[in-house]
Amino acid sequence: MTGRAKLFRTSTFRLAALYLILFAVSVSALLGYVYWNTAVLLQEQTDYTIQAEVQGLADQYRLRGLSGILDTVQRRSSNDSRSVYLLAGPSGERIAGNLASLPAIPDDESGFIEFPVDVGNGATRERHTARAFYTRLTGGFELVVGRDVEALRQFAAIIRQTILYALAIALVLGLGGGLLMSRNFLRRVDAITDASRTIMAGNMSGRMPVTGSNDELDRLALALNEMLEQIESLMAAMKEVSSNVAHDLKTPLTRIKARVEAALRSGSEAEYRSALENTVDESDRLLDTFNALLSIARAEAGQARSGLVPVDVSELIADVAELYEPMAEEEGGTLTASAAPGLHVLGDRQLLAQALTNLLDNALKYGAGDGQTPGISLSGTLEGDKVVITVADHGPGIPEEDRARVTERFVRLDQSRTKPGNGLGLSLVSGVTKLHKGTLLLEDNAPGLRASLVLPVWRE
Amino acid sequence: MQVREHDSHVWTATPTRQAMRILVIEDDREAASWLVKGLAEAGHVADHAADGEEGLGLALEAVHDVLIVDRMLPKIDGLTIIRKLREHNIQTPVLILSALADVDERVKGLRAGGDDYLGKPYAFAELIARVENLGHRAKEAPQTTKLKAVDLEIDLLTRTVTRAGKPILLQPREFKLLEYLVRNAGHIVTRTMLLENVWDYHFDPQTNVIDVHISRLRAKIDKGHDEPILQTVRGAGYMIRDK
Repeated sequence: MTGRAKLFRTSTFRLAALYLILFAVSVSALLGYVYWNTAVLLQEQTDYTIQAEVQGLADQYRLRGLSGILDTVQRRSSNDSRSVYLLAGPSGERIAGNLASLPAIPDDESGFIEFPVDVGNGATRERHTARAFYTRLTGGFELVVGRDVEALRQFAAIIRQTILYALAIALVLGLGGGLLMSRNFLRRVDAITDASRTIMAGNMSGRMPVTGSNDELDRLALALNEMLEQIESLMAAMKEVSSNVAHDLKTPLTRIKARVEAALRSGSEAEYRSALENTVDESDRLLDTFNALLSIARAEAGQARSGLVPVDVSELIADVAELYEPMAEEEGGTLTASAAPGLHVLGDRQLLAQALTNLLDNALKYGAGDGQTPGISLSGTLEGDKVVITVADHGPGIPEEDRARVTERFVRLDQSRTKPGNGLGLSLVSGVTKLHKGTLLLEDNAPGLRASLVLPVWRE
Repeated sequence: MQVREHDSHVWTATPTRQAMRILVIEDDREAASWLVKGLAEAGHVADHAADGEEGLGLALEAVHDVLIVDRMLPKIDGLTIIRKLREHNIQTPVLILSALADVDERVKGLRAGGDDYLGKPYAFAELIARVENLGHRAKEAPQTTKLKAVDLEIDLLTRTVTRAGKPILLQPREFKLLEYLVRNAGHIVTRTMLLENVWDYHFDPQTNVIDVHISRLRAKIDKGHDEPILQTVRGAGYMIRDK
């Protein structure tokens, strides 16, 4: 597409052209109105006075005969240079008036006629247009009464010309302005297009140009920039996650490889056996990590959202508590569960149960102070339009500064590194909460951790 | 993965099992050959089909006790094979094997007519337990109201349990757990199978919560009896003796 064709296709240019047409039409209407009000009305007025004068003269003729109007015609034609008069006899010969002879009468009937007259004195004679009323009086006399309308005609011509010039100027200005505006618009759109091409080419730090005028293009560019910001940070997070994943999967793989190689070198039957057993253990752990990552990805992708159904949270809490109670007692601790009856959320029972068991696993692992036994409480309450599921323990809790990052994948706090785990438990809880359009609160239980899933309530 | 300890060949320690004829439909030849070898070691006869077409042809002969079907196969995919079999009114129990182990995928597999679903990679002990469970479940009389293993009796109507004639009081969940174990008496039941069938959870908690439930149940049913009836099969799961 050539540059010019592109210019004519811009929406700004089309808009400008549309406005131009509208503008031209309204200007024409306005000027047309002025023209009608001046030139046309002036002519009508002239016609009216001519007719009134003819009427007057005809009346006089009827009352007083030829001599009655002869005087008047003679007087008026010598006084007023802008009027034309002619009184002619039955055979057409001039009797009185300032016209030399009778102009051509088209139909030989009464009516308005227009004809040229020569006016002026001495050497400067001009040819003007006269407009007159022709009438035949009784007795064969003919009367022509008119006015020199040259000035009026010129005035009308000037107005017509003005209208044409005004239209032409409006068109030229509108067209030029439209082109200029479109060029400007096109230049900015091209800048945005160029910027997005650069970004697509891999320069993620590139941004759309913003002029600072805060017009709609600027607002669009700002919105796009916000989006790019978000994408960039998501991509950075993903990069971090994948390097974490790589690290957390590579470490056990390296251990397996080292162990197996050492066993092969040793050549002893017992070593083989223990290396193989160790390999099974390590690969189980790897699979656990892998499955946890998949669960988180699934929850976070939100694709499971379409499969959400009403879940009885009260029942879920009772079920999960029943599954974990013996375990807590085995550890010498307690698990107390309480839930308001009939709490429902729109959810995925498996994922919610998995989130709760993750929290309970954590509470069992970290939920007891030194030399103490875990005292865990699991509860479900209704707070306004939220269902709040809380798992609380009396362990060391999570220091405030770490609460934001413990939900990230593979983050393990130093004090927990000695216990088994993959640093994915809370990530899954967080992902499941997000899937359910809820929030995960990690609070101080003074002492201990108070983890709450705040989920929108479902009502029939 | 619930299987943590691993003694070798624990599954051969269940003499009560009957040999089954199993068809493995799996396109990964190495995985299939290990599977066939493992099934043979466990005392079963296994056939192998490497693609969907061959697998469907063999399955249509309806001579197998259990089918192990991979989902993603050349020519005809696993779910289509199962649908076609069910259309031909062949009700051979099917264990679906798949790397697609989401709950949604599982539901799809069971809807297509599969009887059980196992995500890849799996522990062999888990697989054999499930295959045997399917094999004997098909032979079970459906209208049973009483279950029996050695001197343990469960009345499903009155929901009462007796051991050597003496009543045992169980919580509802313990009853369900025992019922599932006794229905599979003589066969190994894995922790994952228990989680799925007794608790209806299709994920593995990080801690072995099932073990504690089993030991509580064991305290109730084996206490005061010389011969324990509820056995732990190391590296595999649990089993109620039927002899």
